[in-house]
Amino acid sequence: MRVSEKIIEGLLWLSAVITILITIGIIWVLLSESIAFFSEVSIVRFLTEKEWTPLFADKKFGIMPLVAGTLLTTFIAIAVALPLGLTIAIYLNEYAHARFKQVIKPMLEVLATIPTVVYGFFALTVVTPFLQGFIPGLAGFNALSAGIVMGIMIIPMISSLSEDAISAVPRSLREAAYGMGSTRLQTAFGVMVPAASSGIVVSVILGISRAVGETMIVAIAAGQQPRLTLNPLVPIETITTYIVQVSLGDVPHGSLEYRTIFAAGITLFIFTFALNNISFWIKKKYQEKYD
Amino acid sequence: MNKKTTKLEAKELNAYYGDFHALKNINIAMEEKNVTAFIGPSGCGKSTFLRTFNRMNDYIDGFRTEGDILLDGRDIYAKDVRVDELRKEVGMVFQKPNPFPKSIFENVVYGLRIQGIKKKAVLEEAAEKSLRRSALWEEVKDKMDKSALALSGGQQQRLCIARALAISPSVLLMDEPASALDPLSTAKIEELIYELKNEYTIVIVTHNMQQAGRVSDHTAFFYMGELVEFSKTKTMFTSPQDNRTQNYITGRFG
Ligand SMILES: Nc1ncnc2c1ncn2[C@@H]1O[C@H](COP(=O)(O)OP(=O)(O)OP(=O)(O)O)[C@@H](O)[C@H]1O
Ligand SMILES: [Mg+2]
Repeated sequence: MRVSEKIIEGLLWLSAVITILITIGIIWVLLSESIAFFSEVSIVRFLTEKEWTPLFADKKFGIMPLVAGTLLTTFIAIAVALPLGLTIAIYLNEYAHARFKQVIKPMLEVLATIPTVVYGFFALTVVTPFLQGFIPGLAGFNALSAGIVMGIMIIPMISSLSEDAISAVPRSLREAAYGMGSTRLQTAFGVMVPAASSGIVVSVILGISRAVGETMIVAIAAGQQPRLTLNPLVPIETITTYIVQVSLGDVPHGSLEYRTIFAAGITLFIFTFALNNISFWIKKKYQEKYD
Repeated sequence: MNKKTTKLEAKELNAYYGDFHALKNINIAMEEKNVTAFIGPSGCGKSTFLRTFNRMNDYIDGFRTEGDILLDGRDIYAKDVRVDELRKEVGMVFQKPNPFPKSIFENVVYGLRIQGIKKKAVLEEAAEKSLRRSALWEEVKDKMDKSALALSGGQQQRLCIARALAISPSVLLMDEPASALDPLSTAKIEELIYELKNEYTIVIVTHNMQQAGRVSDHTAFFYMGELVEFSKTKTMFTSPQDNRTQNYITGRFG
C-alpha cells in the first residue's frame, strides 16, 4: 500500500517535471535560435523596417507587416466574437428557458470542435464570395473573411466563459435588480454584465490569445502576403502563417532565413504570454470581490 | 377614527412549485400603513407568500399560482400588469444584504437611474433623503463614492432599505431583514420599521417572536402552506385561537 502510493506520487511528480522540462526546452530553442538571428539582424531593424521579405533576394526583416496582419485579423475576429458571444451569454442566462439552454450549449461547443482547416475553406469558398457580392474591392484572399470566420470560431469560447462568469454572479444581485423594478435588459446590462466584467474581460483576452495564435484559417483565406496595412480588403500575412510557410518550404536549416521563424515565434510568444498573464492577473485581482 | 383601507389582499390563493402545493387556499387582507408580520416554522411558505406580492417567484421554473393577489384592489397577476412597474410600487428587502458592487451613491440612486433620471441634483437630493430615512446618512455622507461592499452587514442592510425607499414604493416587503445582523443593527432596523410604517405598508417575515411582537400591528401564522391564524399581534401573542399557533409561539415546535 505505502509502496504503491510512493510509486503513484513519483509518477505524478515525474509528469510535472517533464512538463516543466519541455516548456524550458521550447523556450530554450526559441531563445537560442532568436539570439543567433538577432546577432545578424539588429532588433532596431527588426522592429522598424517596413517590409518583411527574408526569402527574397532583397532581404528586409521588418516584423511589423506580420504584426499588423496578426492584429488586424485578431481585431476583426474579436469585433465579431465579442458582441455575438456576449449576446448569447446574456440570452442564455437571462432569457432562455433551462431546457433550451441545455440544448443550445452543447451545440455551441460543436463550433469549437470544427477543425480549423474546415473553417479556413469556409472563409475562402463561402464567406469571401458572399462578401464580394457587396464589397466590390474585396480581394480573393483578404483579412476580412479570415477574421470574421475566426471570430465565429471564437464565439463559443467567449460565450461559454462569459456565461460562466455571469451565472457566477450571486443570485441575490439579480434579485436586487429585479426587486428594484429593473427590466430584464436593465438587469442584464446594468447589473449582471458589470458584476461579471472581470470574467468577461478574461474571456476576451483568451479569445484574443486564440486569435493571435490561429494559423490555418489565415493561411488558407488571408493570402500569405506580408503587407504593412490595416486595410481588411487585401491579402496579408500573420506571424503564424509566416512560420508555417517557412517550415513547410525548403529553407535550409541553420540559415538566416530559417532563423526568422524563431524571431517571429518569439514575437508571438511574447504576445500570448503577456495576454495570458494579463488575464491571470485580472482573474486574481477581482476574484475576491464577492465573499 | 378613520376607516382602514385594505392595501394588500390575497383571495383563495394557491401556489405550486411543480407538483408541490406550497400555499393552500390563503385569504388575507392587510391594511394600509400597517406592519404585518409573517411567522411560522421553516418551510411553511412565508417567503413564497411574501414573494407573490412582487411576483419575485415568476423566475422559478414550474412555479404557478391560482387565485388572486390584489394591490389596491387590482389583480397584480393580470395580463396587463408589468412586473417592473409593480416592483416600483412594491419594494423588497432581502434576508442577506445584497448591495450592488457599486458605490454607496450609485446603490441608492439605482432605481432612479433605471427610470431615466440623470440630473445630478435630483439624484443627490433623493439619495440624501433616502439615506436619512434609513438612518444611514450620518455614517456614510462622507464616503458616498466608496464601494457599498465595504460597509458592515448592518449598514449594507440599511443601504438596501434606502435603495428600496428611493423609488417611493407604497409597500415594503422584508424577508427576515435582520436575521443576518448583530443585535445592535437589528435594533436599528426595528426602530426604522417602526418609523417607516407612518408612510408605508410593511410586510415582514421573521423567525423572531419578540421581533414580531415589537414591530408589527398584525401577525399571520403559517403552517405547512396554510394560513392558520391572522389577527392583531397582541391578540395572537396573548390568546391564540389555534392550538398550532399556541404551540409555535410558546416554542413547542418549529
Ligand atoms: N424554488 C423552489 N422549488 C421547489 N420548492 C421550493 C422552492 N422554494 C421553496 N420551495 C418549497 O416551498 C416550501 C416553502 O418554502 P419557503 O421558502 O416559502 O419557506 P419559508 O417559510 O420561507 O421557510 P424559512 O423560514 O426557512 O425561510 C418549502 O417546503 C420549500 O421546500
Ligand atoms: Mg424564507
